[in-house]
Amino acid sequence: MTSLIGLLVVVPMLAAAIGFVAGERQWVRDILTVGSLAGATAIAGILLAHVESEGTVVLRVGDWDPELGIVLVVDLMAALVLLVAMATILVVQLFAIGQRRTAWGADPQLSGPLLLVLTSGVVLAFLTGDLFTLFVAFELILVSSYVLLTHQGRRGQIRSGMTYVAMNLFASTLFLVGLAVVYASTGTVNLALLAERIPELDDPLRWGIGLWFLVVFGTKAAIFPLFSWLPDSYPTAPTTITAVFAGLLTKIGVYVLIRFHVLTGMDDLGPLILTLAALTMVIGVAGALAQDDVKRILSFHIISQIGYMLMGLGLFTLAGVAGAIVFLVHHIPVKTVLFLVGGLIEEREGTSALDKIGGLAQRQPLLAVLFALPALSLAGIPPFSGFVAKLALVDAGIEKVVVPIVVIALANSVLTLVSMVKIWTGVFWGSGDDESATPIRILRPGHRLMVGATAVALVASLAIAASFGPLWDLGERAAADLLNPSAYIEAVVS
Amino acid sequence: MSVTLALVVGGLTSVGVYLITSRSLTRMLLGFALLGHAAVVALLAAGGEAGERPISGDAPVDELSDPLPQAFALTAIVISFGLTLFLLALARRQAQLTGDDLVEDDLEDRRIALETEAEGDDA
Repeated sequence: MTSLIGLLVVVPMLAAAIGFVAGERQWVRDILTVGSLAGATAIAGILLAHVESEGTVVLRVGDWDPELGIVLVVDLMAALVLLVAMATILVVQLFAIGQRRTAWGADPQLSGPLLLVLTSGVVLAFLTGDLFTLFVAFELILVSSYVLLTHQGRRGQIRSGMTYVAMNLFASTLFLVGLAVVYASTGTVNLALLAERIPELDDPLRWGIGLWFLVVFGTKAAIFPLFSWLPDSYPTAPTTITAVFAGLLTKIGVYVLIRFHVLTGMDDLGPLILTLAALTMVIGVAGALAQDDVKRILSFHIISQIGYMLMGLGLFTLAGVAGAIVFLVHHIPVKTVLFLVGGLIEEREGTSALDKIGGLAQRQPLLAVLFALPALSLAGIPPFSGFVAKLALVDAGIEKVVVPIVVIALANSVLTLVSMVKIWTGVFWGSGDDESATPIRILRPGHRLMVGATAVALVASLAIAASFGPLWDLGERAAADLLNPSAYIEAVVS
Repeated sequence: MSVTLALVVGGLTSVGVYLITSRSLTRMLLGFALLGHAAVVALLAAGGEAGERPISGDAPVDELSDPLPQAFALTAIVISFGLTLFLLALARRQAQLTGDDLVEDDLEDRRIALETEAEGDDA
């Protein structure tokens, strides 16, 4: 099992390296990217099954003592999120192959291999057992995302790319300084050892570390008030890139927030995190209501949804953390599908501005269905996965009697629905006869693959709702492992 | 951790933060370089008292410097070197597109803000 963990990081890297030198041979790159992503998905599935029955798997790189060396740890939470993430990237890559050489597609020579570099960074971020490797994983993800965001060199991309790069570089520098503080005060950066040593520190130092990393990971997760880079930069990137970013990147921030803050027992920060969660929800959805472009509305929704995951974390109860994990698992495929549909709309209509499109439901009923189902799910309408995930969180909130956040979370669902209705009326309703400006587009042969990939991702996200019982059990067990880290510590240290 | 190192970290950070609030990308780049140095010095300071060369085996273990923060610092230096190059490329592209390297306004956001203001005037 442990060698499989190593493969997960190494294979995408190697495939990326070969992809960069493959030159004009596009088929080599396609086989490499799709092959290694499919392989990673399969391995993630095997690992999940194994971890579910046998418990946490640990890989000690170079067989060093965990206090000094790098450890990769697959616990239940990591395996669960990893499987969803790998499958999502695979679907997006298939979409990208269909979309190639349209005006909204990314440059295939670069984007395939770079997506693989990003993938191995994502794997590393999910599996790493120490803070410094986490820093390296973040840098891997960020460097490839900087290039993916700006490689077409369009004016808007360069402008928003600067904001994106500056915010994230600053957060990375803060991360390094935080690492120095943690190392100076505990003598290790290994998460399992930190789970033992940080709770023993003096209160001011412990809170300082907790707050510091709340800012660092919060910037990656785009929580209030650190979100400003997100709605600016995401919509300018090629569709496939945005879909991966929207589905995954902020969620990695949330994932490490949950992992670090729960493992090190930062319960005292709960009220602060809940306040931030409420503000993140409200500001995100308010931003979405003000926008009039499909991709920008969807970008603001990411922020508001991050608020829900933070809410689960802020409760610091079993049900809360489990709710946050399950919400994370539901959110990744749903958000990706929505952005892929946004890409399909753009491909058909030549724009994603609401006032320039209309009547798409008549002309493209399939597209309307592909949009409507995940949109309802995101807003939390039964029987979709968004409803059960939100119900779990609200339930956890009621259990701990934190009424304000529950009220805000529910009100926010309604507002999310309103902004989805805005997209619906703008894009899909109307006669659509007043758009003389819209050129008649000839569909490219790859179109079927794009629609197919979107449909597969949609079916996967519906499957999450159907299999919610087992998923909730897994989430609860993963949360229990985090809240009571003795098993995690034992697996890593001994 | 010596006071000198702490002061150096503080000084580098304050100058760095001042520079990255600038709109010119080349200044921002210098700011990030300084911030990176501050973080590296902080990492070294986290290693505690300086001692003999580690790993080479010339001195007993209890007299050595802590090699782990040094390894962190080296990794961080390599990463910040790569990022500096990327920022330079970005600044050059911006200069090609607009003739300078200033960060522009978010046009979409400005437009929506103006529309809202106009609606407010009507009411």
